[in-house]
Amino acid sequence: MWSLLARDIRLNIRAGGGALTGVIFFLAVIATIPFGVGPDLKLLARIGPAILWIGALLACLLGLDRLFQADREDGALDLLVLGHDRHMLALTVLVKCVAHWAGSVLPLVVAAPLLGLFMNMEPVAIGATALTLLVGTPAITFIGAVGAAVAVALPRGGLLISVLVLPLTIPVLIFGVSASYGATANPDPFLQPFLILAALTLFLAVLGPVAAALALRHGTD
Amino acid sequence: MRLIAENLGGERGGEAVFSGIGFALETGQALVVTGPNGSGKSTLLRVVAALLPKAAGRLLLEGGGDEFPSIASACHYLGHQNAMKTALSVAENLRFWREFHGEGRLGVEEALETVGLGGIGHLPFGYLSTGQRRRAAIAKLLVSHRPLWLLDEPTAGLDKASEGRFARLMSGHCAEGGMIVAATHLPLGLEGARELQMRVGH
Repeated sequence: MWSLLARDIRLNIRAGGGALTGVIFFLAVIATIPFGVGPDLKLLARIGPAILWIGALLACLLGLDRLFQADREDGALDLLVLGHDRHMLALTVLVKCVAHWAGSVLPLVVAAPLLGLFMNMEPVAIGATALTLLVGTPAITFIGAVGAAVAVALPRGGLLISVLVLPLTIPVLIFGVSASYGATANPDPFLQPFLILAALTLFLAVLGPVAAALALRHGTD
Repeated sequence: MRLIAENLGGERGGEAVFSGIGFALETGQALVVTGPNGSGKSTLLRVVAALLPKAAGRLLLEGGGDEFPSIASACHYLGHQNAMKTALSVAENLRFWREFHGEGRLGVEEALETVGLGGIGHLPFGYLSTGQRRRAAIAKLLVSHRPLWLLDEPTAGLDKASEGRFARLMSGHCAEGGMIVAATHLPLGLEGARELQMRVGH
């Protein structure tokens, strides 16, 4: 399993990986907002956490279609499915998700504090948003794995995956944003929505790979 | 070890491709599946590997013991694609499959020597020619041990010398107690192999 993790991270980093594409898309979305909203610094600071979360969510969806499709095109997916007696397929999917997250989504979390400056956010709000992104984005990847597994055989499945997955990620977005606001707006709590966010990630870390494995087992042709 | 197929039927997208196929393969035997395009050779191999559900019939592996409880766990499947990443080097690719599938008798370097690709393990897989890619994929069969080899057009793109070398590899595998099911148009040079002729609409 470590070898699969190392291979997928290495593939993500080398040419053709999606790490940089996501970060550039994220940058483009966040950099456009102040032009659209206007130079109202207070307003920007207020909507900052929500915009960062929406930008990160969309950037997460961007590279999802390659999660299994690359392996399907070169025949490796058949062998990963065939190996299910030695390595449970759900575990293989989980490892692929973790590698995808580390290679494509973690750079977004790292870039988020810098982009928070664009939105005139306070240091505490930037820190809280980065923390909630760190805890919440794995959940998006795990939900996305199900969409990617269902649409693996479709040649242009990218948009379909985004449309399938987006409604399911709304709870993650809601609790991520409300925890980020809780850190700065005084009467709002931080800990409760943050813990629910963490629980969502842990719950989906089990449910997502199991469902994706089921879809992959029945999706081979 | 025995691989038994009885009255096997397969379908693609709801259309029956073949039906009533039966064979029994003992340790050390090879089966060559021949037939025209569209007669269901590849489908048969994917049904045997359980990558496709079977439409009818029975498939079982006897005597696999604890190590090989099912056909999927006992087989190497070499399909039309090579299952190698073009961005990684040949040795990195083989090392990954060796670790994922379990260690075999040959190391990565020895396996590459055996298929005649010694000394090019450091090259990215994408730099290789079609025939060299196929040979690297064949080396994948050697780096981890499986008794049953399911080969789909294994010699496509190979030159004469490599074909001969591969025929010797297959004979060696059978002599060590392995089994082979190969779908092919080209003669494989396997002596004593049984033949299963498939017809369109069979």
